[in-house]
Amino acid sequence: MADLSSEFVGIKSPNPFWLASAPPTDKEYNVRRAFEAGWGGVVWKTLGEDGPPIVNVNGPRYGAIHGADRRLLGLNNIELITDRPLETNLEEISRVKSDFPDRAVVVSLMVPCEEAAWKAILPRVAETGADGIELNFGCPHGMAERGMGSAVGQVPEYIEMVTRWCKENYDRPVIVKLTPNITDIRRPAMAARNGGADAVSLINTLNSITSVNLDSFAPEPTIDGKGSHGGYCGPAVKPIALSMVSEIARNPQTANLPISGIGGVTTWRDAAEFLALGAGNVQVCTAAMTYGFKVVQELISGLSQWMDEKGHSSVGGLVGRAVANCSDWQHLNLNYVTKARIDQDACIKCGRCYAACEDTSHQAITMSQDRVFEVQDDECVACNMCINTCPVEGCMSMEQLAPGTVDKRTGMRVSAEYGNWTTHPNNPSVQAAE
Amino acid sequence: MPNSPFTPGIAAGRLSEAELAGNFTDLHSPLDAHQATVAADRCYFCFNAPCVTACPTSIDIPLFIRQIATGTARAAARTIFDQNILGGMCARVCPTETLCEEVCVRQTAEGQPVEIGRLQRFATDLGMANGHPFDQAPATGKHVAIVGAGPAGLACAHRLAMRGHEVTVFDAHDKPGGLNEFGIASYKSVGGFAQAEIAWLLGIGGVNLRQGQALGHDVTLAALQADHDAVFLGMGLAGVNALRADGADRENVLDAVGFISELRQAEDISSLAVGRNVVVIGGGMTAVDAAVQSRLLGAENVTMVYRRGRDRMAASRFEQDLAASRGVRIVTDAQPVAVHGNGAVREVEFGYTRTGADGLEGTGETFRLAADQVFLAIGQRLEGAPDALALQDGKIRVDENGATSVVGVWAGGDCADGGDDLTVTAVAEGRDAAEAIHRALG
Ligand SMILES: Cc1cc2nc3c(=O)[nH]c(=O)nc-3n(C[C@H](O)[C@H](O)[C@H](O)COP(=O)(O)OP(=O)(O)OC[C@H]3O[C@@H](n4cnc5c(N)ncnc54)[C@H](O)[C@@H]3O)c2cc1C
Ligand SMILES: Cc1cc2nc3c(=O)[nH]c(=O)nc-3n(C[C@H](O)[C@H](O)[C@H](O)COP(=O)(O)O)c2cc1C
Ligand code: SF4
Repeated sequence: MADLSSEFVGIKSPNPFWLASAPPTDKEYNVRRAFEAGWGGVVWKTLGEDGPPIVNVNGPRYGAIHGADRRLLGLNNIELITDRPLETNLEEISRVKSDFPDRAVVVSLMVPCEEAAWKAILPRVAETGADGIELNFGCPHGMAERGMGSAVGQVPEYIEMVTRWCKENYDRPVIVKLTPNITDIRRPAMAARNGGADAVSLINTLNSITSVNLDSFAPEPTIDGKGSHGGYCGPAVKPIALSMVSEIARNPQTANLPISGIGGVTTWRDAAEFLALGAGNVQVCTAAMTYGFKVVQELISGLSQWMDEKGHSSVGGLVGRAVANCSDWQHLNLNYVTKARIDQDACIKCGRCYAACEDTSHQAITMSQDRVFEVQDDECVACNMCINTCPVEGCMSMEQLAPGTVDKRTGMRVSAEYGNWTTHPNNPSVQAAE
Repeated sequence: MPNSPFTPGIAAGRLSEAELAGNFTDLHSPLDAHQATVAADRCYFCFNAPCVTACPTSIDIPLFIRQIATGTARAAARTIFDQNILGGMCARVCPTETLCEEVCVRQTAEGQPVEIGRLQRFATDLGMANGHPFDQAPATGKHVAIVGAGPAGLACAHRLAMRGHEVTVFDAHDKPGGLNEFGIASYKSVGGFAQAEIAWLLGIGGVNLRQGQALGHDVTLAALQADHDAVFLGMGLAGVNALRADGADRENVLDAVGFISELRQAEDISSLAVGRNVVVIGGGMTAVDAAVQSRLLGAENVTMVYRRGRDRMAASRFEQDLAASRGVRIVTDAQPVAVHGNGAVREVEFGYTRTGADGLEGTGETFRLAADQVFLAIGQRLEGAPDALALQDGKIRVDENGATSVVGVWAGGDCADGGDDLTVTAVAEGRDAAEAIHRALG
């Protein structure tokens, strides 16, 4: 039986699945039920400074993108940080942590960009016995307008400064949560590291408008005729999050910085992918909001089954396993030639591959009178679109042409040598160097 | 000339070997991996899902379906077996249309439930191919006797073994399984599944089966109590109700359960004889199974006669439609008044019924059906229960934990009062009694 126990920046939890800072972690009632359901840890919903609590809108705060069958693919929110009193949250955090000593309890924080504000809240958080803090430099709406959240996360100097304040005034792990609403995720990650962060977590939500009401001509969700952009999360953002995680894991300057992977984790497989790309654990929000706390049971059973099947004995052993295989385009082997293949026995003759190839560009699939679809190797560029559109899993596949065989499309023999763009004869910079 | 459906009287081989083989294959064919993924994708992962409440063993259905959808069918099987160790048989025989699938929210929304039964079969088939998933707890030194190796007894035995107790099962038959082996319709459990499932279940270890040991003949309750720390009775309903009508003792007026059992045990179905005209009396699952299987064996005319209206039939709508689709004629609101014939049955005379002030009464109008064979499916009853036990409505009285009126003796399944007479209910009661016994043995 695979060992799912996890240790992230010294914080232990029975599994690598934490709930991200968000409504599911906004109060004791929720967090207790989450722990009872099996979650390994939580990042408590972001706390703000003492004083009158935050107010939220009183109309709809979420919008969603659905796939077929109303499966929720993307979620947008304009919720702010916790709207409950600081003291209440702190009391609840202490109680939950002492009742669940084996679970991770990390407290998310967002206070104004002034040292005094941080110095005021940090000792109070320390008193709760929580395992660490997460700095919310990511929230892209509302709080950002007040100079917090992503307004800090978009300025590396601020990240470094605030992180340093926290490291100086708090003695447990400090995790910096990054916003994806920037152009190069490596910059804020480096700033966090320079400030002394123990880890980064990413991604927070992406600026988004999910839909526009075509009767009122207002963005949705609509508050009294107006809408503002919100933060996007859920399955739709996973590819963006995976890429950003990999960028930080690959960057030599941040390669050893622990990462908590967030963004669209919905099944055990998503979690395993984040781990492989360098995340030490994962955080989940939308899947828990969509399906309830019980999804963690599938995350746990699925990850253990897969680890058992593949002989992976520990979560730690999986972390970063795919990082070395993340490459730049220019280093991909251009002598690796494949062709699409159709298993005629599995084919249900829907013709989707034909439409895709015919209209995508390549015209490499032919269709006979009796709906037999065949790949023409002299046209197939191996783009993969046919396979992506085929509804029958395993019906279509890519077959590698053995070195020495002739690629009918180019008329050239497939070379056994590795050869990439940097050495390709068509590359002007290669010729210039000659 | 070979026999055909039109051969008069009772005859074997009315259909060709190929036709018979086709007739007795799986009623619900197994899903392949792709079909299972598509079917699983329809589940909404409902909160406190109604299907789980409807399942007598409370399998976490949304979770196991999500596990199938995410490509981990072995984990799905584990989720099922945690609650129902005979999840494989239940996937085949549960009347899902009146249990989990009936309350599926997609049944409500579209009249088309998630195919829970077939998905359960998909997961359990894969899971069982992977060996036995549970281990015995360290031995407690306690020894429990179980009477009956049907679903109730087997589920109880397995859960007790898991908890570290030694178990001996005493069963009257020469083969274990109870109605899983002798009662369930052939087309629901094909390919020797019942015995294969028992062999897999026994993989837990610590369970000894002793066949040919009937309580009341070979062993007594007192002796079992003396030699064991607790006793569980899962002896089913060994008796059949008799027909009270003139001429009921004529030849070829048979008990439906016996006919079905013969069919289940037949090495060669083409050697089984069936009448050209068959009349089945009863309105439950047993009646449907006897009627349908008579048709599948090649009987020309099969009529199922039930004394009340369709809505009162114990057989589900799906079962009724299954019977109709196999060419069984269903006659309702009629009860047998006499069996006519000269030695053997030739005709059955029925009287129409209606509900009067004092319950069911005859209208006075009668009709006759030609019959070479009559199968009685008018209910089974408890037989051979030890006298010491208090009864309730003709069954062994039990409390919510399955404890009987005698200290140290538990009961569950068909022989115990309460719950529907279904395989899945027997499993639930056997399992829960095992937990109660475990608590009592402390
Ligand atoms: C024809 C028929 C078809 C059915 N079809 C379905 C169906 O499709 N789906 C469904 O859910 N349910 C069906 N049922 C009901 C289901 O089979 C029963 O509810 C279930 O088998 C009850 O399990 P059990 O363990 O209580 O008893 P049984 O399965 O009856 O097992 C009792 C066991 O006890 C043994 N025994 C009996 N007396 C003694 C004794 N004195 N000493 C020792 N051992 C003894 C027997 O040999 C037997 O092995 C059907 C029933 C019948 C009769
Ligand atoms: C309604 C809602 C409120 C959120 N509030 C916070 C918050 O207070 N602090 C924070 O750091 N992130 C917040 N997030 C972002 C999530 O923690 C998480 O980073 C993001 O949703 C991506 O993960 P997911 O795809 O699993 O949902 C919120 C997300 C949602 C949907
Ligand atoms: S989810 Fe709850 S709080 Fe939100 S709109 Fe519905 S009922 Fe109101």
